[in-house]
Amino acid sequence: MAYSDKVLDHYNNPRNVGSLDKQKGTVGTGVVGAPECGDVMKLQIEVEGDRIVDAKFKTFGCGSAIASSSLATEWIKGKTIDEALEIKNTAIVEELSLPPVKIHCSVLAEDAIKSAIADYKSKSNKEG
Amino acid sequence: MQLPIYLDYQATTPVDPRVLDEMIPYFTEKFGNAASRSHSFGWAAEEAVEKSRKRIAKLIGASPKEIVFTSGSTEGINLAMKGAAEMYASKGKHIITSLVEHKAVLDTAKHLEKNGYEVTYLTPDRTGRVSVESVRDAMREDTILVALIWASNEIGTLNPIREIGELCHERGVLFFTDGTQAAGKIPVDVQADNVDLMCLSGHKLYGPKGIGALYVRRRKPRVRLVAQMDGGGHERGMRSGTLNVPSIVGLGAACEIAMQDMEKDAAHTTALRARFEEKIMSALDHVYINGDVEHRLPNCTNISFNYVEGESMIMGIKDIAVSSGSACTSASLEPSHVLRACGLGDDLAHSSIRFGFGRTTTDEELDFAADQVITAVKRLRELSPLYEMVQEGIDIESIDWSAGH
Repeated sequence: MAYSDKVLDHYNNPRNVGSLDKQKGTVGTGVVGAPECGDVMKLQIEVEGDRIVDAKFKTFGCGSAIASSSLATEWIKGKTIDEALEIKNTAIVEELSLPPVKIHCSVLAEDAIKSAIADYKSKSNKEG
Repeated sequence: MQLPIYLDYQATTPVDPRVLDEMIPYFTEKFGNAASRSHSFGWAAEEAVEKSRKRIAKLIGASPKEIVFTSGSTEGINLAMKGAAEMYASKGKHIITSLVEHKAVLDTAKHLEKNGYEVTYLTPDRTGRVSVESVRDAMREDTILVALIWASNEIGTLNPIREIGELCHERGVLFFTDGTQAAGKIPVDVQADNVDLMCLSGHKLYGPKGIGALYVRRRKPRVRLVAQMDGGGHERGMRSGTLNVPSIVGLGAACEIAMQDMEKDAAHTTALRARFEEKIMSALDHVYINGDVEHRLPNCTNISFNYVEGESMIMGIKDIAVSSGSACTSASLEPSHVLRACGLGDDLAHSSIRFGFGRTTTDEELDFAADQVITAVKRLRELSPLYEMVQEGIDIESIDWSAGH
């Protein structure tokens, strides 16, 4: 399978790889996918006020899955939570020129953003 | 050392230069039709075909009259299974095969099921081996054919062919084995091994693509097949179509060389494999060798790299040509049906790579390949949330992944 240059770039130089302290109240963690499906994404955000100040990811999956999550962290960093929630998988598909069989990777990345935000919100609700 | 390094010898092999040298005249000056009986062009072609038939027969312990030329193993499988099923339908309509077969066997079995045959698919043990007992237990009054792979194309595991063949002969059931990966790599003797039908393919043993042979036993028992191709009645009526003389010459030459060099080739690839496995296993944790390490082909290994996904792994080892599963199914994103049948979870099946070693693979290439694999696995594990969880002591099996896709 031929990968686009952008997928290869994210695969070879993934942005924002790593982990944030998931115990911290300002950190939201989303883990989506399943090992038996061949994709698991963990995406974490750190929020100050309503703005995402840091984002990290780790992904088990194909090159397109790694690229989709790497791109997602790049895009959400600096955005407000509401802005981040507007990111659609189709934008990821377009940016990375993903072929039809890889669209699920972009869906997973969108889910990971939403899941991390939901986790953050449930934590801050409890604290607030 | 030239990159990329080819380590996919179960998918195909290059034509050996000695094979090519023998083939070339049959494209140009010796171009006759082997079925032309009225002139010397035809006689020369026929002579070459018969010489080739002898060489192939010798490799597998058959008589030349028992060799039918085909376009390769897919055709051989179709002809053997459909041809026998149709010929012996009045005796019964039950067929036994296994879950670790090549797609060509599984799909042919499915086709037969649609046409009123019943098929039992045996589950192998964890190493991919089908036991004689399981074949015995599956046999019925109306069983007419057992079809099992000799050497797995994905994991290299060898089935106990001789014992299963003996059982089949006791019960008067025909025994077909897919010998595509075995022929030319390990000793094959259709007499001693009790085989009635066996296919082999040129391009798996340093011969050309698009040519193969089907062994059809002529004595004890005499096996008859319903032809699957109608036409001029070539190959004793079993396979019509003008013979592909240059490729047949190539297949014969490849079989002769395989026979002469079998011990040398096997020693070479076994040493390479041992060195490769040693390097990988000593550098990485959570790595497993799939298949039966005792009963296996001398020229391949299938390794699961836990917590790393196979496709990203192949991207990371871009200077090595390998495949995840078999080339025939790698267009799909499904994990290997063979590894699943061995009881591997989908996660490990997704993380498995087959490495094949060939006649011309060098130590230098092998060391380079092993180093690139180790680097890629380490890097991808840095990226892997699963590996992180394992390092933190989390049991991945205990997680509810139901929200996943």
